[in-house]
Amino acid sequence: MPKYLILKHYRGGPEPHHPFPPMDQWPPEDVEAHIAFQRHVIELLEQSGEYVDAQALTPTRTWVRYGGEGAAPVTTDGPLPETSDLIAGWFMIDVESHARALEVAAYVSSEPGPRGEPLYEWLDVREVMSHAPCED
Amino acid sequence: MIDERLDEDALRALVPRVLAGLVRRGEDFDAAEDALQEALLEALRVWPEHPPRDPAAWLATVATRRLVDARRSEAARQRREAATSAEPRVGGDVITEEGDDTLFLLFCCCHPDLAPASQVALTLRAVGGLTTREIADAFYVPEATMAQRISRAKRALAGPPARRLDQPGDLAVVLRVLYLVYTAGHAGRVDLAREAIRLARQLTLATEEPEARGLLALMLLNHARRRARRDSEGRIVTLDRQDRGLWDTREIGEGVRVLQSALAVQRPGRYQVEAAIAALHDDAASAEETDWPQILAWYDDLVALTDDPVRQDPAAVLGRAVAVGHVHGAAAGLGETGRLREVLGDRHRWHAVRGYLHELDGDLPAAGAAYADAARRATDVAERDHLVRQAARARAGGPPSSA
Repeated sequence: MPKYLILKHYRGGPEPHHPFPPMDQWPPEDVEAHIAFQRHVIELLEQSGEYVDAQALTPTRTWVRYGGEGAAPVTTDGPLPETSDLIAGWFMIDVESHARALEVAAYVSSEPGPRGEPLYEWLDVREVMSHAPCED
Repeated sequence: MIDERLDEDALRALVPRVLAGLVRRGEDFDAAEDALQEALLEALRVWPEHPPRDPAAWLATVATRRLVDARRSEAARQRREAATSAEPRVGGDVITEEGDDTLFLLFCCCHPDLAPASQVALTLRAVGGLTTREIADAFYVPEATMAQRISRAKRALAGPPARRLDQPGDLAVVLRVLYLVYTAGHAGRVDLAREAIRLARQLTLATEEPEARGLLALMLLNHARRRARRDSEGRIVTLDRQDRGLWDTREIGEGVRVLQSALAVQRPGRYQVEAAIAALHDDAASAEETDWPQILAWYDDLVALTDDPVRQDPAAVLGRAVAVGHVHGAAAGLGETGRLREVLGDRHRWHAVRGYLHELDGDLPAAGAAYADAARRATDVAERDHLVRQAARARAGGPPSSA
């Protein structure tokens, strides 16, 4: 079965379906509902036998490159174009098909926002390359 | 289930004695540790049906056979000598004083040349008797990665039997490693906090150093609150909102007794002071009855223990700011945090403490903004979620959630 990474972003991607404020400005009960939904998604994927991993990333990013022989690594945290993607986290799933991966992602995107309305958040679905055994 | 668990604990408690015995007899630490690990797995398989008369001697014998087998396959020409040493030599020369051995092994595993992650892994395996798989699970890394970390650490200690170290500096490393194990909490099948307490208790049998007892007391007094720290949904419940009926009074009692015996020596140190602060929290029947003036006095002692507390012990200066807020008013507490902004202003905890003090001050909009700043800097999922909730609640102007 192919594996897929469903990526969530802090920023970047297509034009949002509709604008919404940061979560810390939502009514408390909507925050609870949103967090409960994230947990529910993981439980659902575990029960269906499709869950592999889920992780969240902090928003702090450091770009780094080789500094040359004997030199320290070179780092930068900007300036970067405002539109540059910033990944917030992912679900990794092991599913039957690409269609099923899109179905799972769409469900994740239905997560409740302010007033319980779906966020319609854009998610980035990427297939993980496989390591098939050699066949004679 | 409970019986099984107890048996396994009893088994693992034998590890330091047996391993130290083998190393003292001149076996290589690396090889002896591997052999004992195999003997433990064998014991788990065999003992339920055939309990040994003398468990430690059984382990020493089986581990010795494994060592011999290893040597045999290594060099056929050593076969004869190996056969001779295969005779189990159990008794006085192998099994010695228990406390002594724990200390000896902890000093080996917490050798100052090793990196903290290696010290922790090696301690859990060689002193705690956990399997590589259990340790890997607890730290969310693949088993092969943990196996490699352990074998590299053991190779770094190779050579003559590890020198016996008993300078105070080295005990400080041992204490730090045990505290690291404790704070790693629990994940997978093994409760590392419980394991750290078990090891610290063994350590206190081996040394009179009051800081060892201070560390044990600190762990017990914090561990006593574990059931109240999360609600049924896994959400963080802060100290002021915990159901104190869920606190483990037996553990608090033991922690207080251990702390008193440490303080009686009158050689204070950071673990004793932190334990004293934990004891004062545990002692309050409700959040309102917390003895903040005494807590502040202990925090004053704690920050006085380091030359540059803001950089060396940020948790202490931030904890002190909260205590100042309770004793001298929220504004005074906020004033304290203001002086720390330059150094700690990038840490989530600095913002979280500001949020708490603004809330204490009744300034909910400022509290909401500070909690949101803290959430953006948090590095733990449960803590981030908690801070987002705090921000949303403060911004909504609501009462403290009972969540």
